[in-house]
Amino acid sequence: MIRTVNLTAENANPLIPHTAELIVGAIAFTLLFLVLRRAVVPMFEKGFTARTEAIQGGIERAEKAQAEAQRALAQYTEQLSKAREESQNMREEARSQGVAIIEELRAKAQEEAARITASAHASIEAERQQAITSLRNEVGAMAVELASKIVGEALDDQARQSRVVDRFLDDLEASK
Amino acid sequence: MRSLHLLSREGAGFVPPSTNDFNLPPVFGNNEYTTKPILLVFLSVIVVSVFFIMASRKAAIVPSRLQFAGEKIYEFVRNDVARENIGHEFMRFVPYLFTLFTFVLTNNIFGIIPLLQFPAMSHVSFPYVLAIFTFVVFHYVGIRKQGIRKYLKDIMFMPGVPKAAYILLTPLELATFFIVRPLTLSLRLFANMFAGHLLLLVFILGGDHLLKGVIGLKLISPFAFAFGIGLTFFEFMVQCLQAYIFTLLTALYIAGALADEH
Repeated sequence: MIRTVNLTAENANPLIPHTAELIVGAIAFTLLFLVLRRAVVPMFEKGFTARTEAIQGGIERAEKAQAEAQRALAQYTEQLSKAREESQNMREEARSQGVAIIEELRAKAQEEAARITASAHASIEAERQQAITSLRNEVGAMAVELASKIVGEALDDQARQSRVVDRFLDDLEASK
Repeated sequence: MRSLHLLSREGAGFVPPSTNDFNLPPVFGNNEYTTKPILLVFLSVIVVSVFFIMASRKAAIVPSRLQFAGEKIYEFVRNDVARENIGHEFMRFVPYLFTLFTFVLTNNIFGIIPLLQFPAMSHVSFPYVLAIFTFVVFHYVGIRKQGIRKYLKDIMFMPGVPKAAYILLTPLELATFFIVRPLTLSLRLFANMFAGHLLLLVFILGGDHLLKGVIGLKLISPFAFAFGIGLTFFEFMVQCLQAYIFTLLTALYIAGALADEH
């Protein structure tokens, strides 16, 4: 133990600085400080800034894309609903138009039928009139002829009378 | 420890490690600028510079592994130490704090890297230098921000304290700001590295010495080595922690100087 104490006494006190080391320490530290401040810190900061911006930019881009997608979706939805509404309207219209057409056709057909019926009635009536007229004429003529025949010949005799009638009828038949 | 003690008392030749082991002779010739700690400090400057220049050179949006590793260390100092403690003006101090952290950390870790195996911060000169830098920085920042009169007034006459208390407080505050802070900052780092290295020396050299002893001592030797290895991991933790504490305290001092009231 004594020897150790002696050894310590021989040595310089470890708390007393060494001039060479003070100088070297100051120079070395200053050197390192200049290197790190000039070459390292700005580069790291640059990297951080670039990274922050890249992340920020990425987020912004994503947000923009999302907003755009949202807008497109809204637009498509709107268009779709519009198209749906339109088709609904068209169907509605077509249906009402169909009803109208059928109605119109029916009315037309009825009208036509009425017209045909009416014309048939008219023609029948005309023919009837014609027939009546011609019948009247013929019956008149025949009556006149018969009367003249009856008047022309003596109607005293039954046989003659019947002969006249027969002849008249024969004539009638022959004229047919 | 007892066996070592007995051993040395019996005069078996074991010299326990002492402060002498920290005074290494110059590596090249007789030049006092080529001692191991000085060369290690220069090496640390090169290692840190090269590593971070390589890591930050591309500044890619999708980082490589190297860039990622560098960024993590940088982000730690930037966000967890600087921004967290200093507030909105933190960016001005990031280069200084970043240098401080990487410089101290690298030199500390040199203490357990095979072949290098010496923490330069166990030479008190280097912590002194760093503490002086921090001292200058935080006082300068405070004076620039508030003007020398207000800055000193705030230190000497803490607002919101009864006048009588200044008899006690003023000397204490002055001592804190101008003596205690730089001194504790440097001595904390120095003492941790010094003691850690000494501990490792004790167990490794002790184990080596036991191996040369009689058979009984040979059997104890592996335990000494195992303990030495375990302590190496512990040392790694201490080394990282001390680098962090030095940087953190510097950030806190700067934050205090920036604040309107201390």
